[in-house]
Amino acid sequence: MPLLSVTDLRTHFYTRNGIYRAVDGVSFSVERGETLGIVGESGSGKSVTCYSIMGLIPQPPGRIVSGTAMFDGVDLLHCTPKQARSIRGKRVAMIFQDPMTSLNPFLRVSEQIIEPLLIHENISRRDALTRALAMLEAVGINDAAKRIHYYPHEFSGGMRQRVMIAMALITKPELLIADEPTTALDVTVQAQILELIKKMQQELGMAVVFITHDLGVVSGLCDRVQVMYAGRIVETADTRTLFHAPSHPYTRALQRSIPALQSKGAELYTIPGLPPDVSKTISGCAFASRCEFAAERCTASTPELAPVSPTHSQACLRVQAGEL
Amino acid sequence: MSDPILQLTDVKTHFPIERGFFFKRHVGTVKAVDGINLTVRRGEVLGLVGESGCGKSTLARTILQLVPTTGGTVVLNGRNLATDSARELLAARRDLQMVFQDPYASLNPRMTVFATLAEPLAVHKVCPASEIPARVAALMSTVGLAPRFMQKYPHEFSGGQRQRIAIARALALEPKVIVADEPVSALDVSIQAQILNLLAQLTKKMNLTLIFIAHDLSVVKHISDRVAVMYLGKIVELGLAADVIDHPRHPYTRALVSAIPTPNPDIERTRQRIVLAGDPPSPINPPAGCAFHPRCAYAQEQCKLAPPPLIADGPSREVACIRLRDLP
Repeated sequence: MPLLSVTDLRTHFYTRNGIYRAVDGVSFSVERGETLGIVGESGSGKSVTCYSIMGLIPQPPGRIVSGTAMFDGVDLLHCTPKQARSIRGKRVAMIFQDPMTSLNPFLRVSEQIIEPLLIHENISRRDALTRALAMLEAVGINDAAKRIHYYPHEFSGGMRQRVMIAMALITKPELLIADEPTTALDVTVQAQILELIKKMQQELGMAVVFITHDLGVVSGLCDRVQVMYAGRIVETADTRTLFHAPSHPYTRALQRSIPALQSKGAELYTIPGLPPDVSKTISGCAFASRCEFAAERCTASTPELAPVSPTHSQACLRVQAGEL
Repeated sequence: MSDPILQLTDVKTHFPIERGFFFKRHVGTVKAVDGINLTVRRGEVLGLVGESGCGKSTLARTILQLVPTTGGTVVLNGRNLATDSARELLAARRDLQMVFQDPYASLNPRMTVFATLAEPLAVHKVCPASEIPARVAALMSTVGLAPRFMQKYPHEFSGGQRQRIAIARALALEPKVIVADEPVSALDVSIQAQILNLLAQLTKKMNLTLIFIAHDLSVVKHISDRVAVMYLGKIVELGLAADVIDHPRHPYTRALVSAIPTPNPDIERTRQRIVLAGDPPSPINPPAGCAFHPRCAYAQEQCKLAPPPLIADGPSREVACIRLRDLP
């Protein structure tokens, strides 16, 4: 049984300007100990998917219209608040993109790191602090005994991200959701943080869901990748297959537009047009209007994910029909 | 290709740190740019890379004289901008324009596209007022925007389109040099490719000189002819883009290149990554000698003595490392 299995998740936002279908029918599962990458451009619904699972969607305007998220036998979307609280922050933890805004600037980091322990475990402050100190050392903060009493602004960006990781991992979660944790960091610091996440994952044996828009980060870290577009998953495969034999036209186009994979000076491939407006009803495949292979029936019905091989599925009618 | 259009000699931009409200005390100096020598040739694309805080944006602003230089000269087409008066600078900026990182912040939300693009034309009296609409329309088509959007406001456009407006604004005066400070960092991959293609195409067509600042090395390698790598206010390596990024020499460039994740799982899993310890040091109190020595795997006692000069390494490359000959 997978650790987390999400079925037909739909999260919509009801605003004055219409209904934004940020996530519109997403199903996936995460096995124990696995690293799943979710990639997509901004607005593709990758963050909203994870926020929905964590119960972080502001309601209203947001509403989880349908779907279940089974975590070890408990539906996170429909369980009692008490049940949800016993899982969130303990067995499922999350780290965010911007460590400046996701740590409380008024509290010393020691207070913030021990908070999940005090809530979820029957532990004294003194013991909690000892564990927090050990955790800070584990995430590579030098001189942790002194710096545990610092405020967030006294740390650099990379160090703050380490503090946040320490905070998320202190309860030894089984699943870590990482929402673009390295996007705001420099490449050399990004490399440090990615190494740290890999190391901690091995030590704790946890599963990681890694959200990013950077295909490069995914290739080194993830076992499996799913690509999102306009609130739906368009392709999912193990990392090697996704990079070497992508089959959905959007995945292929995305890879062709990365400068690193192109010969120098050559014109980069560009996807014409813009991502669709998710507040409008999209008939058929959301990518059809930008797709070079689009045919008439692409706009007629919404393509579902269909397996190409046991570990690889994608949602393109024409690929499924064997035309491409 | 060989004639220099922009020459920086020993450029320094320092910011004082002051404490106190009534009696300001000078307590330190941030050496954001500290002794840069750089010659940019006509028609070339020069990439400028480095981590945040290394001074690349300050260097860009210094070139345009948006911040006063502390020392050194910035010579554009034979005239020294650092000593120019405000009036002379205004005239010089006709040849020197900038594109900023965040297209959400760099366009005035209360100005239509037309007003934004017409302003430089009117300020510099480039053409009679009656010709301005036609010029604006032409500019918009140059950057791939339909002229019918002329009366729209920035919020009606997407990030990529806004960046096109910002580029059109920079092109309005037909400048010779454009400084683009992270023009694609705020954009998604597919939109980034569109803007990179546009910039590459425009520099070729209009024989523009482009100084392209970015922290993404693969983007820089793609668009630049030459690359300068900065660390803590100094250039540590300068050379042809493909050379510097495919065969970096300076220990810092090596670490930087090895830190970029490549979108190829096979390479990514097998390669040895150099993970630098620690954060970049503070420019308020940089380490003595070579600023990189505390994080460098090859550092020796002598590295702590004096800042290393740029040493020629082959015909087209310069590296600031005294141990260059001993490096593997």
